[in-house]
Amino acid sequence: MTNPEGLKYTREHEWIKVEGEKGRVGITHYAQDQLGDIVFVELPKRGRQLRQMEAFGVVESVKAVSDLYCPVGGEVVEVNSALEQNPELVNQDPYGRGWMIVVKVKNAKELDGLMTAQQYTAFLEKGAK
Amino acid sequence: MSAPEAPLKRTPLNRVHRAMGAKMVPFGGWDMPVQYSGILEEHRAVRTAAGLFDVSHMGEFEIAGPEALPALQRLITNDASRLAVGQVQYAALTYPNGTFVDDLTVYRLDASQFVLTVNAANIEKDFAWIREHLRGRATVVNVSDETALLALQGPKAQEILQPLTPVNLSGLKYYWFTPGRVAGLEARISRTGYTGEDGFEMYLPAAQGERLWEALLTRGKGAGLLPCGLGARDTLRLEAKMALYGNDIDDRHTVLEADLGWIVKWEKGEFLGREVLARQRAEGVARKLTGFEMVGRGIARSHYTIVKDGRPIGGVTSGGPAPSLGKAIGLGYVETPFSGVGTEFDILIRGEPVRARVVPTPFYRRPKK
Repeated sequence: MTNPEGLKYTREHEWIKVEGEKGRVGITHYAQDQLGDIVFVELPKRGRQLRQMEAFGVVESVKAVSDLYCPVGGEVVEVNSALEQNPELVNQDPYGRGWMIVVKVKNAKELDGLMTAQQYTAFLEKGAK
Repeated sequence: MSAPEAPLKRTPLNRVHRAMGAKMVPFGGWDMPVQYSGILEEHRAVRTAAGLFDVSHMGEFEIAGPEALPALQRLITNDASRLAVGQVQYAALTYPNGTFVDDLTVYRLDASQFVLTVNAANIEKDFAWIREHLRGRATVVNVSDETALLALQGPKAQEILQPLTPVNLSGLKYYWFTPGRVAGLEARISRTGYTGEDGFEMYLPAAQGERLWEALLTRGKGAGLLPCGLGARDTLRLEAKMALYGNDIDDRHTVLEADLGWIVKWEKGEFLGREVLARQRAEGVARKLTGFEMVGRGIARSHYTIVKDGRPIGGVTSGGPAPSLGKAIGLGYVETPFSGVGTEFDILIRGEPVRARVVPTPFYRRPKK
């Protein structure tokens, strides 16, 4: 699976899609594949202020609990409530209907520190270390 | 420089799991498949059709000799003298303080011949314990490395297996076993399992495990048989409220605290731990393994603290989603006054109390035919 162009990626396997002043955030195909069947997602409330790479929630598979890290600092302005009843959306469509939060990007320069699709692909090929 | 880690042990079917693309994980020193197609899909297959598990990592000991029965009776809580030839029972191997060396199944092959099936992580410990405590004219032999064990579990298990064996499976009752050929291979076929469904466990020489695996998967494909890993094994057994050594039972909890009084047969004679357990039976237990379901939003997991009105009253030993029930469930030791069905308490999940309620167990019971 190719990692979509136009997104930026963290070393913790989150992606961010810049939409004007905002950024939509989710986890990558690699992440959902590693986790296996996702059964629970815990997301923050709207209004929460996050710093870059601050843990904003948790994604749980059948066997494991994993923290979610925000690729950039900002205020949470939207939360995907569909994941409450249908956490499997993260497995089925991690870049689409499996999106998790939208943040108002505080400092666009923080995006520069993230990986491009090619860099993320290379990162995975090297064993994601 | 740190000491190099011992390489993981492999079952006779390791090559096949890897060839099928199973996700492999270390488990109790073994390289095991945790899933093939996905834990939820495998779980559902077992509940609606059938699943096939490689559990060859488990241990098998042969106990034999003129005094095999009394020697065995001294070490386990259940009454092996009640077993007919061809019958199986679940039992505990206990320390003198009534806690678990292991839980196991006991097969009676003959008047003075038994096979014990023990947990993979405890093989060396159990073998050493039994060797040390066997009295009289009885021997114990560890045949774990020569034995493959496959478990075929689910409502369609019998219809899948019957064409492969001359044994009349309708005549084989639950917790009974028989030698017989399966796919032309000599095996011991046991109507037992760790899923709460009907099913069969098949013991055969290690070198033939792969052939039996392939034969069963081929025969069962049309009926919806899926290969299943340890992930589904765990979700299935939890729904059926079957204990997992290391989580729900261990050497820090007694057989009565673990709510397994039914495998203790008080009148069968002396056994290690009897005195302590008898006292506990008379006085009552202070804490009890209790089944609960989540009421609030969250999943209880092993080691999470259980609180009542903010005060810790116990801890979760096993917990997770129950795919067949659409809710999250768990087991844990709680102070006995809070173990009654209907009692509510909270599970601390990442520091926040989430409501849970004690429910009757097993959480899931297979539908009666």
